Amino acid sequence: MDVKCINPFMGAIKNVFKTMLKMDVQFGKPHVKTNEETCHDVSGIIGLSGDVAGAVIVSFPKLSALKIAGIFAGVTLSDADEDFADAIGELANIIAGNAKKDIEGLKIMISTPSVVIGPGHHVKSIRDLPKLVIPCSCQAGSFVVEVGIKKVNQTNGTLVGAAAE
Amino acid sequence: MKIMLVDDSRTIRNIEKNVLSQLGHTDILEAGDGVEALSLTATQMPDLFLVDWNMPNMDGLTLVKNIRTKNTTVPIIMVTTEAEKSRVIEAIKAGVNNYVVKPFTAETLGEKIQQTLSKLGIAV
Repeated sequence: MDVKCINPFMGAIKNVFKTMLKMDVQFGKPHVKTNEETCHDVSGIIGLSGDVAGAVIVSFPKLSALKIAGIFAGVTLSDADEDFADAIGELANIIAGNAKKDIEGLKIMISTPSVVIGPGHHVKSIRDLPKLVIPCSCQAGSFVVEVGIKKVNQTNGTLVGAAAE
Repeated sequence: MKIMLVDDSRTIRNIEKNVLSQLGHTDILEAGDGVEALSLTATQMPDLFLVDWNMPNMDGLTLVKNIRTKNTTVPIIMVTTEAEKSRVIEAIKAGVNNYVVKPFTAETLGEKIQQTLSKLGIAV
């Protein structure tokens, strides 16, 4: 497990929740995601490109997602509201964007967010990337941030030197 | 004062609207990407832009460059997750007047808006 990769994400999660939701986040022990492990009920997904290939997934149980999205948006939301998915996607976007500035020496671009809603879903990477799972909890509930990221060889586009192994 | 908010997230536009409302600004135009923003400016050029960087269809940097070909003076504040120095420099070169990095507090955004307008001699 490479702390150079994981620390920027933990810092970003803390910073985003503190600044925009006025909440402290506590972390459990990060672990490598197994094939059997599913996401929670609601996931915000951001693709990573440039000098790396990968994705960041911020995944919430439904109740946590509703509370956190509502606090972020400043209104009570239901999972049927368009703004619910928007808020979850934007949170994932800000976490990924905030983390990438602290990953030194790599030019990283982030995609616009996608949001998946549904219990027990899997998010498969285009490439077979190992993912690290960072368990998080705050006063509005628990959630996880999954990070799968590898450097890309710019000359031929192949993956080199795993950043998350 | 007419203000255009350009961001693909409605949540962020709503947060920005709340901050602007507290500053007394309620004449707001909204666009979800650069294409929509440019289309709106064809009929009504705002007095201030708040522009996100990463958006579908047309990103914020391209939008800023487009606006600057038509209008060199309208104040533009970039509000984005892009926090690297090189990106900030790129945005300033394209013509933005100020830069706010997400995550931001309502206080920070309010201060940057007031700072930008005061610098340009525009009444807040």
